[in-house]
Amino acid sequence: MDKLLEVKDLVVKFALRTGTLTALNGINFSLLPGERMGLVGESGAGKSVAGFSIINLISKPGFIAGGEVIFEGEDISKYNFEQMRSIRGNKISMIFQDPMMTLNPVLTIGTQMTETLLAHKQMSKEEATEIAIECLKKVYIPSPETRLKQYPHEFSGGMRQRIVIAISLLTTPKLIIADEPTTALDVTIQAEIMDLLLELCIKEKMGLILITHDLGVVSQTTQKIAVMYAGRIVEKGKTLDIITNPKHPYTQGLIKALPQTHKKGEKLYQIPGIMPNLNQIPSGCPFHPRCTFKKDICSQIEPSLKSVDKGEVACHLYA
Amino acid sequence: MFAFIVRRFLQAVFVMLVISLIGFSIQHQIGDPVRDLVGISVSKKEREALREKLGLNDPFFIQYGRFLKKALHGDLGRSFFYKKPAVDVILSKAPATLELVFVTSILVIVFSIPLGIYCAIFPKKFLSRLIMGASVVGVSIPVFLTAIMLIYIFSVKLGVMPSFGRGELVHIGGYWYSGLFTWDGLKHLVMPSIALTSIMLPLFVRLIRAEMMEVLESEYIRFAWAKGLKPKRIWFVHAFKNTLLPVITVGGVQLGTLIAFTILTESVFQWQGLGFLFVEAVERADTTLLVSYLIFVGFVFVLINTLVDIIYGLVNPMVRITGKK
Repeated sequence: MDKLLEVKDLVVKFALRTGTLTALNGINFSLLPGERMGLVGESGAGKSVAGFSIINLISKPGFIAGGEVIFEGEDISKYNFEQMRSIRGNKISMIFQDPMMTLNPVLTIGTQMTETLLAHKQMSKEEATEIAIECLKKVYIPSPETRLKQYPHEFSGGMRQRIVIAISLLTTPKLIIADEPTTALDVTIQAEIMDLLLELCIKEKMGLILITHDLGVVSQTTQKIAVMYAGRIVEKGKTLDIITNPKHPYTQGLIKALPQTHKKGEKLYQIPGIMPNLNQIPSGCPFHPRCTFKKDICSQIEPSLKSVDKGEVACHLYA
Repeated sequence: MFAFIVRRFLQAVFVMLVISLIGFSIQHQIGDPVRDLVGISVSKKEREALREKLGLNDPFFIQYGRFLKKALHGDLGRSFFYKKPAVDVILSKAPATLELVFVTSILVIVFSIPLGIYCAIFPKKFLSRLIMGASVVGVSIPVFLTAIMLIYIFSVKLGVMPSFGRGELVHIGGYWYSGLFTWDGLKHLVMPSIALTSIMLPLFVRLIRAEMMEVLESEYIRFAWAKGLKPKRIWFVHAFKNTLLPVITVGGVQLGTLIAFTILTESVFQWQGLGFLFVEAVERADTTLLVSYLIFVGFVFVLINTLVDIIYGLVNPMVRITGKK
């Protein structure tokens, strides 16, 4: 099967006054049509930057400095603004983190839904409204006809995230990039939203890139995982393999730190240290100062991704 | 929405009561109506009798009550200089100021919105930097200096613009003589309104720019880009509508300020409006007129603010439905 998306050696930099920071240091991953992938890592690992750079929507001083984003056979990272606009919200939709902030407070839900359709398709307002109602039904919003006339503040957080998901469905995209879609929600709502997202991805045969720090969520939703650290992918593989048999010490630490895996009465595990700032990434393997298995070579040479068993790992332990 | 309007109205009434109380206290403390009435040639005994007869020896709040009752009937006392009711004097001068403020407001709105939006969308472009630089110069030059420079260049040197007065007026009805309907009247309006605009415009350009830039950074704008909307729609529908809310609030207050503080401009251009009247009243110690001016300006302020709040309510759906912020 042809790949839906292929990210090749993608480099993203931020031009700051003090110098240029490298936020993504040549990452590679690919996605088949309808496939679901998790991008996992701590805050600051570059997962969101990776997600946003696919549709070239990195916030301001950031820019794509190299590499390719091949979507349906074309390198969309070289697209001009108008070409990219026709992809955004049309073939590739995004779901943002905080539904309280993503909807415009002064426009009705109806306006915010139909405008997306009208920006991409030749259709009348009535037809667009029809589709909007359809999509609200798909995310189980009751009485969608009246809801369309309401403003965001008349909905709860969970409802708003459903609406955001409905907006992402409008144009029946090929790929949805969900940036921490449940982080800002109540724990009880989180599962609901994830179930809904999973159900819709399967039903509509959409690809999904799920950006999250929650390995629990990823394990239930995705087929494969890429673990990110300091702007690099340090481990890739099938979800089940990574969850049950993590290779990279960082991934092992992440899984050990899950509350679900911890025994009653014991202290919760923490990976020692913190993610380095982008302007002071250690030499060699960026994880070595926090790694419990570090060897001399780790501080000197940066390991590259190599096939180990069924997955890929960037670690000297497997050299 | 109805409850919201009623509540705003009650607040407005309360504020007016406070203003009238302050106004009356001033009059009570520094004005002597008996002196205004009879001059200095009347004996002390006769003055006392007159005071008793006019009720000037009554307790403060009884007198205030009487003042309020008269004020509600549109009687704020007589100006001793004009020998006319103070309200009549103010109403006859108000149209001049209102017309000046009206033209200035239009100039400010017409120019500040496009300039502000442009500077917010393209903050790094040369033209934006130029506008921002010019706006600093604009706010820094005092209005009377701008006015004098305008007169020097266009009236004295070039001789193309009238330097003072309102020019040819048309009687509209009541106290209203308008300069908006004759060529000469409009010509007289140009320089005073430009002088006033020079102060207000930079303020609004900067305000709109700052608010809009903040909005453009928000998550919902980023989401709008992610939806693939056209830039024009994002700027003018998504961003500008959110920019409007704070701008309306500040704008309303500034409009009141404009009416109250046309004093400098009116003095330079000998514009026969309220500001000019106020300066005259101060010079002549015309207490009744001063207090009436204070109450009138206070009333205009309260009126504008109430209207602004209601308009704000119409623009902001959160106020519209729940009746509160």
